[in-house]
Amino acid sequence: MDKCKYDWPAAGERSLIGKRIKRIDGPAKSSGGAKYTYDINRPGLLVAKIYRSPYAHAKITALDTSEAEKLPGVKTVQVILGVGKETNWVGDEIVALAAESEDIAEDALRKIKVEFEELPHLVLEEDLQQAGDHAKPAGGKTVGDPVKAFSDPDVVVSEGYYGIATITHCCLEAHGNVAEWTGEKLLTYSSTQNVPGLPSQFGQSLREQGMNVPDKNIETICNYVGGGFGSKFGPDEWGIHVAQLAKAAGKPVKLMLDRNMELEAAGARPSSYAQIKVAAKKDGTLVAWDSHSWGTGGPAGTGMPPLPYVLEIPNSSTQHTSISTNTGPARAWRAPDHPQAAALTMCALEDLAAKLNIDPIEFFSKNADLSAGRGKVYREEFQIAAELADWKKNWHPRGDKITSHIKRGMGVSMHTWGGRGHNGMCTVTIHPDGSVEVTTGSQDLGTGTRTVIAIVAAETFGLPVEAITVNIGDSKFPPDGASGGSTTVGAVSATTRRGSVDARDQLFATVAPSLGVPADQLVAVGGHIQAKDDSSKKLTWKEACAKLQVKTIQATGKNPGQCALGSSGVGGVQIADVSVDTETGLIKINKMVAVQDCGLIIDLKTAESVCYGALIMGISYALHEEKIMDPITGRMLNNNMEFYKLAGIGDIGELVVHMMTGPGYDERGTIGLGEPPVISPGAAISNAVANAIGVRVPTIPLTPDKVLAALAKGGVT
Amino acid sequence: MRKKKRNLRELPGEGFSRRDFLKGASMAVSTGLLAAPEAATAAPEQSPGVLGPGAVPITLQINGKAHSLKVEPRVTLLDALRNQLDLTGAKKVCDRGVCGACTVILDGRPVYACNVLAIEAEGRHIETIEGLGTAGDLHPVMAAFVEHDAQQCGFCTPGFVVACKAFLDKHPNPTREDVEHGLGGNLCRCGTYAGIREAVLEAAQTLKGGRANG
Repeated sequence: MDKCKYDWPAAGERSLIGKRIKRIDGPAKSSGGAKYTYDINRPGLLVAKIYRSPYAHAKITALDTSEAEKLPGVKTVQVILGVGKETNWVGDEIVALAAESEDIAEDALRKIKVEFEELPHLVLEEDLQQAGDHAKPAGGKTVGDPVKAFSDPDVVVSEGYYGIATITHCCLEAHGNVAEWTGEKLLTYSSTQNVPGLPSQFGQSLREQGMNVPDKNIETICNYVGGGFGSKFGPDEWGIHVAQLAKAAGKPVKLMLDRNMELEAAGARPSSYAQIKVAAKKDGTLVAWDSHSWGTGGPAGTGMPPLPYVLEIPNSSTQHTSISTNTGPARAWRAPDHPQAAALTMCALEDLAAKLNIDPIEFFSKNADLSAGRGKVYREEFQIAAELADWKKNWHPRGDKITSHIKRGMGVSMHTWGGRGHNGMCTVTIHPDGSVEVTTGSQDLGTGTRTVIAIVAAETFGLPVEAITVNIGDSKFPPDGASGGSTTVGAVSATTRRGSVDARDQLFATVAPSLGVPADQLVAVGGHIQAKDDSSKKLTWKEACAKLQVKTIQATGKNPGQCALGSSGVGGVQIADVSVDTETGLIKINKMVAVQDCGLIIDLKTAESVCYGALIMGISYALHEEKIMDPITGRMLNNNMEFYKLAGIGDIGELVVHMMTGPGYDERGTIGLGEPPVISPGAAISNAVANAIGVRVPTIPLTPDKVLAALAKGGVT
Repeated sequence: MRKKKRNLRELPGEGFSRRDFLKGASMAVSTGLLAAPEAATAAPEQSPGVLGPGAVPITLQINGKAHSLKVEPRVTLLDALRNQLDLTGAKKVCDRGVCGACTVILDGRPVYACNVLAIEAEGRHIETIEGLGTAGDLHPVMAAFVEHDAQQCGFCTPGFVVACKAFLDKHPNPTREDVEHGLGGNLCRCGTYAGIREAVLEAAQTLKGGRANG
């Protein structure tokens, strides 16, 4: 069978793909030279601030901005919510203004006078009984005959309550934009994971506000973005205000959210709580599931996570209740709904395994064929993970029997994700001097987009990675997609490969006559263009490109396109090894193991980094993170980085990452990796804690107070 | 439990470690927002008289060069560096002395630039990430960060690099435990700590082998 024109090189022919290669923008980042949106200084730049609602639910009864307008240095003031309007959460926007400095803008906010009539609010959702008319049925389904399956006298049933709190994205670069008008053209510098999609969103919102600006007049630039994690897909309301303020003031305007609003307004992963009942035969074969779940994603509530997760239990019944709360709106958070689904499902199943007195790895492996055709992958991964974690030696039945108050436990979880490359386009340019550019309107969130593009192009041209210039981060470049859902690497690797193969073939055609070799018998390797079967017939890359004289080669690569270069659907498993202090309730991570497949890996180094990072982020949300809301005032109590805790460098223990590669994996082509490894840590750590102390701590984060409360009800002593 | 509150001037030059600084910082945090007042109490001792509230002229010694500027006394060193001098390597993230993204070196000691007033920094030696190296001429700590991929989005990275440099100046032979303790004052969201641990240990070796103190 003929090899498809755009296939990936075979394992033995890869000089770069799949190796550990340093990220190409590493020096810019490590030296502080990388310019983020937050670092943009423009001549005459004004700074904008927003007056926000201090109440979770209130009606505005009086509003006076006149003192703020009179303050020297204040350039323009715009009312967003006027008298008579309602605010629906603490942080809802009321007035935006721009001033000559951040300090003056803050002074001006203090001069705005607003009076409110407070209205009833709800900010807590864990207790469903208190939700009242904020709770709405939100779907569910029944598969098979769960009632009959549960009533079978030969099954073992486990029932429990599980949950995972709302967390915030806490991007270190807060959300924000700089807007600058030149005549009727708008340039935005935006902290975004959606460079190609921003201009049309700006355009639509501005036109809805009565400003007649066509999309073609809008350009968005983002060379570096300080974290997104799913929360930076749009211009945001405050981005639209900044564009309007810049127009009104006739000067560029910048607004980056303050840290409190970054945590309250610009990041929320919905909570999920559930009463769950599961049943298995005595040999561990899963037969039935029943769940009633609920949660909130702020004013709009939230849908049901995919329950039961990964494993399609033959008899299952689910129902979900969505609770709308007066809290900041939800945003997509890495692998939307999956960490919640994993926490609920894998904890409930592990409790069942404990009741059956079956080793959880044996239990999950036994049921792995209930996953959508990925049973073999999971079993292989469980085996590798168990070896890397020394599971056989370290795992014990529920409740560490050691006499010390420090109890050790092991837990496991499994997860899945899609990750197919999105639609995209790039241009690949070979210049007569030998320089090479790949240009695409994508962005690099720190996952390694730039590096992946450079590696694929360099591999195709037989050049070192440094020979490739990668241009991304501008909406005027050929459109790529938003970086969400682990779709970027699949897209840019495919567009770059197709464009580079076409550009290379054009170069082959140009130099073939001078080498006296047919173009289809040429290869690009080791910095040369040479005959496939006669390495004496060759030109250096520079000599070959010089044959172009004044002509430049430009080829377009698209995705999807001819010959599939990627696919979708991955599986991963993780093991946590923890110690729990039963006197203080403190949990210490000893070790985390992640075993992950993602098809053909382009850069092993950045792929591993994504997994290490996901484990660390997972440790953080498993042990520390929660948006803590005060039911009386409706405010977030920990809207700063002192009390919204992130894991530090001393909190992570030993981390082991194993990527599944080689036959059975590589031939699937590229598949995204950003989401999957962040799904399992919560469940794996919760299961490890239950294994250590002999009792389930029902909800994540597993804070010391909850550990002690669980121990007060049972478990080891 | 709480240690005696120390202002910046009283800190001993010799034998003072970042670990001590961090202990002090975390102590301030746990007793509730003492960091900012602590910085403020240092100001009168260093200033000839009452300054402000309007902008006052100052000269800052940054990376070996004198910069003259006018700042209101309330302006932090971080804002002065970023907004007036376009030295944007130090980032404002938590804005309250918790995360370390704004770390600079003041008279040889790492500080959170968001917790130091610009007027306090007058007459002192300020080292920022820009003074340590460039993308084309990496400081050994920066090179180790690149080698071990101790960065993802990169927003916390300059603060980490500066903190590592200051840490290694005081602890040229750190253990992994020392690193975890000594860099506990910097936070990362992408989760690059595994690479950072390796990078710091490697940089320690490189710095001993050649170029000392960058």
